[in-house]
Amino acid sequence: MNRTVVWAVATNELKQVVRSRDYLLPLGALGLLFFFFVPVLLLGTVTNATGNEAAEAVGAVINTLPDTAQQNIKGDSEPVRASYAVAVYLLAPIAIVVPLTISTAVGATAVVGEREKGTGEFLAHTPASERDIYVGKLIASLIPGYVATVVGFTIYSLVVNVIVGPGVGGWFFPTPDWFILIVWVVPPFIALALSIIVAISARVKTAAAAQQASQLVTLPVILSAYGVATGLLFNSSVAAIVIGAIAWIAALIGLTRGAKSVKRENLIG
Amino acid sequence: MFSSVSKAFGDVRAIDGLELEVPVGSVTVILGPNGAGKTTTIRLSTGVLAADRGSVRTFGLDPRESGAEVRGRTGVVPPKPAMYERLSGLDNLRYAAKLYGLTDPPIFDLADRFGILHALGQDVAGYSTGMRTRLALARSLLHDPELLLLDEPTAGLDPESAYSVRELIFEMAKAGKTVVMSTHLLHEADGTADQIVMMNGGSAWEKGSPRDLVSRYWQRLEVRLESEDHAALLAAVRDMSPRVDELEAVTVSLHDSSEIPGLIGRLVAGGVPLTRVEPVTPTLERLYFAMRKQVGEAAPRLDAGETS
Repeated sequence: MNRTVVWAVATNELKQVVRSRDYLLPLGALGLLFFFFVPVLLLGTVTNATGNEAAEAVGAVINTLPDTAQQNIKGDSEPVRASYAVAVYLLAPIAIVVPLTISTAVGATAVVGEREKGTGEFLAHTPASERDIYVGKLIASLIPGYVATVVGFTIYSLVVNVIVGPGVGGWFFPTPDWFILIVWVVPPFIALALSIIVAISARVKTAAAAQQASQLVTLPVILSAYGVATGLLFNSSVAAIVIGAIAWIAALIGLTRGAKSVKRENLIG
Repeated sequence: MFSSVSKAFGDVRAIDGLELEVPVGSVTVILGPNGAGKTTTIRLSTGVLAADRGSVRTFGLDPRESGAEVRGRTGVVPPKPAMYERLSGLDNLRYAAKLYGLTDPPIFDLADRFGILHALGQDVAGYSTGMRTRLALARSLLHDPELLLLDEPTAGLDPESAYSVRELIFEMAKAGKTVVMSTHLLHEADGTADQIVMMNGGSAWEKGSPRDLVSRYWQRLEVRLESEDHAALLAAVRDMSPRVDELEAVTVSLHDSSEIPGLIGRLVAGGVPLTRVEPVTPTLERLYFAMRKQVGEAAPRLDAGETS
C-alpha cells in the first residue's frame, strides 16, 4: 500500500467535504440536534420535573432499566435519578447513530461521485492502485463520522454534567462504559457500515441511488449497533470489550471484501 | 500495439478485431465518428479496461499486468476535462502530482505555459471550459509522460485553447514523445499527424501517413494559380473548370505534373501576369471525402453515433 497516495485520496475527498455546505449544514444540524438540543430539552425537563404525575413518570423511566443498571444510578431525588438514567443509558445510542449517518452520507458518493463528475476518468488513468483508492475513500468517509462522534460526545458530556451534575455531587460523565463504547465499539460498526456503502457506491449508477441503497443496507447495521450499544451499557465492561472485538472482526472481513469492489472500470462513465 | 483486440459491453461490440501500431515518437490521429471505439481504444491502452480478446501492449508491457508503470509513463487528457470543482486549480494539480508520486512537480511552470497561472488559486467551479482544458493539459504533463493520449481534446474549445492543444502536440513531437489524439474533427488532424487511423465500428478501416493516404486516394493533381490580373487568369483557364476561392486564387485540375510547364507557358504567352503557381496538397477533409467516395460504406460519416 502506498501511504502517500492513500492520504492524497483521503485528503482530496475531505477537502471537498469541508468546502461543501450541502454536506456540512445538514450534518452539522443533525449533530447539534442529537448531541445538544435533544439532551438539553430532555434532561432539563426530567431534572426539573415537579408534582406527583411528573414524579411517577420519571420513576417509570428508571423502572424500565435492568436491576444492575438501576443499582448504579446516582442522585438524591427521583427527578435527578431519572435524569442520570436518561443521560447514561437511554441516550447512549446516539453516539453511534449520528456518526454512522454522517459517514454514510460521505461514503455513498465516494466512487459513484467520481464517475458522475467525470473525475473518475482521471483517477482511473493514474498509477494509483485500486486498493489505495479504496482505502483513501474509506478513510475520508470514516474521519467525518468519527470527528462528529468526538466533538458531539464532548458537547454531550458538557450538557450532561452541567444539567445533571449538580444533583449527583459534581461532574460524573463520561462513565468508563461510555469510553469503551466510543473508543472500542463505535469505530468497528462505522467501518463495517462503510465497507458496505463504498462497495455499493462502486456498483450503482448514480449518487442518488447510492444514497438510497446505503440507507437500506446500513439500517440493519445501525439498528444492531443501537441495540448493542444500549445493551452494553446495561451490562459489564467485559461484555462491551468482547462485543467490540467481534465487531472489529466483522469489520475487517467487510473491509477486505469491500476492497475488491473498487475497480478502474467502475470509476469511468 | 493492438493485435486482434476485441472488447464488448454487453451486446455492444465497442472494439472488433482492432489492429493498430503506434510508432514511438510519432503523432497518431485516430479519426472516427462518435461510437467508433476511439475512447475505448485509449482506455484499453492504459489498462483501465481489459480486452476480451487479443493482445494490447503499451511500451511493450501488458497494461493490465503492469498498469502502474504504463500509467506512470502516460499522460491522458479525457474528452471532458473534469476537475474537482470545489478545489482550486492548484489543489487539483497538487493532487495529481501526489497520485503520480512526484516530489517536485513543475506546477507553476506548466500553469504559466498554459496561461492559467493567474487563476491557479481560484476554485475550478469558476473556470471556463477553455481554462479547464488548459488545466487538464497541465495536469497531463506534470509527470513528463513519454506517451500523451488526447481524447477529443478540443471539443467545444475556444480558438485560443484549441491552439494550445495543437501547440502542445507539436512540442511533444519535437521532443520525441509519442502522441495519440482521437477526434471526429477533421481539421484537428490536419498538419499534425504522422499517422492517421480511420476507425469505425471498433476497427481501423484505413491507416497510414497523410502522404500514403494522399497517394492512395488522391490520384488527381490540382494547381493553384494567382495573378495580378484575376479576370485575365480566369478567362485563360475557363475551359479547365476552374474553382475560385475567397482570395481570388484559381485552382485547376491536371492529369499529371508533366502538364504544369505547358500550362504556365500558355498563360504567360497569353499575357497573364502570374504571381504564384502551387501544386495543391488536399486538406484532410477533402482527402477524407475522397476516401469515402472510393471505399463507400466502410467509411462512415463523422457526425453520427454515440460515444463509446
